[in-house]
Amino acid sequence: MKVKVRYFAALREKVGAGEEMVETDAKNAIELFHQLNKRHSFPLDSSHLKVSINRHYQDWDYGIKADDEIVFLPPVAGG
Amino acid sequence: MFALTTNPINQIEIPAHLKAPKNGGIVLFEGLVRNHNEGQAVRSLEYECFEEMAQSEGNKIINEAISKFGVKDIYAIHRYGHLEIGEVAIRVAASAPHRHEAFLACQYVIDEIKHRVPIWKKEHYLNGPSEWVACHQCADHGAGHDHDHGHAQGGKHL
Repeated sequence: MKVKVRYFAALREKVGAGEEMVETDAKNAIELFHQLNKRHSFPLDSSHLKVSINRHYQDWDYGIKADDEIVFLPPVAGG
Repeated sequence: MFALTTNPINQIEIPAHLKAPKNGGIVLFEGLVRNHNEGQAVRSLEYECFEEMAQSEGNKIINEAISKFGVKDIYAIHRYGHLEIGEVAIRVAASAPHRHEAFLACQYVIDEIKHRVPIWKKEHYLNGPSEWVACHQCADHGAGHDHDHGHAQGGKHL
C-alpha cells in the first residue's frame, strides 16, 4: 500500500524533502518508522518523537492503512 | 479562535468581540523572541509549523479552556517564519466576565500550546551553528507529562 509521510524541522532537513509517498507493508506507525529510519537515518529516535496519523496524535502501535498521512513529530517548541 | 500568521502580530488587532459588554476583563499574554538561550546569544529565529494540525490542535485547546473555565472568548495567534529579537511570537487573549477565569484560561492555553501544537523553533546564534530547540522534558516524557513549564519564558523551552 502507499502512504504519505510528511517531514518537519530536523527530520525535514535530514530527509531533504517535506514529504514523500511511501510503498510499505508496515502494519503500524512504529513499523513504518523503523523501515524509513533504515533509509533516512533520522536524527531522532522514536522515543523522542510523536506520531500523527491523519492529523491526530496516535500511539506508535496504531494501525496504518493506504492513503494515510503520517508525520513523525519532533519535540514541539512553539509559544 | 486560533490563528497562524507570517505577519507581525503587533500589527494585528485583537478581535473586537473579545471586548463585548458582557466581558469585564481581558488577560493578554505575549511571548517575545529573546536574545539569549542557555548561555548562547540569539541573533534571530525561525518557526516552522505543521499548519493543518497546528490549526486543529490550537482550536481544540481553546475549546477545552472555554469549557473548563467558563470563559466567553479566547483568541490565540502564533507567528511562524523568520522572527527578529523582540518580535511577538505568540499572543493569547482570554476575555471573561471576571478576571479569575480569564487568568486561568490564558495560562492553560499558553501551556497547552507549548506542549501540543506542532510548531518548531530553530535558533540562529551569534556564535555557532543554528539549532532546533527542543523541550527535553517533553521529548523524554511525551505529551502527557505534567512537569512545570513555568520555566518556559526563561529556559531553552520558549
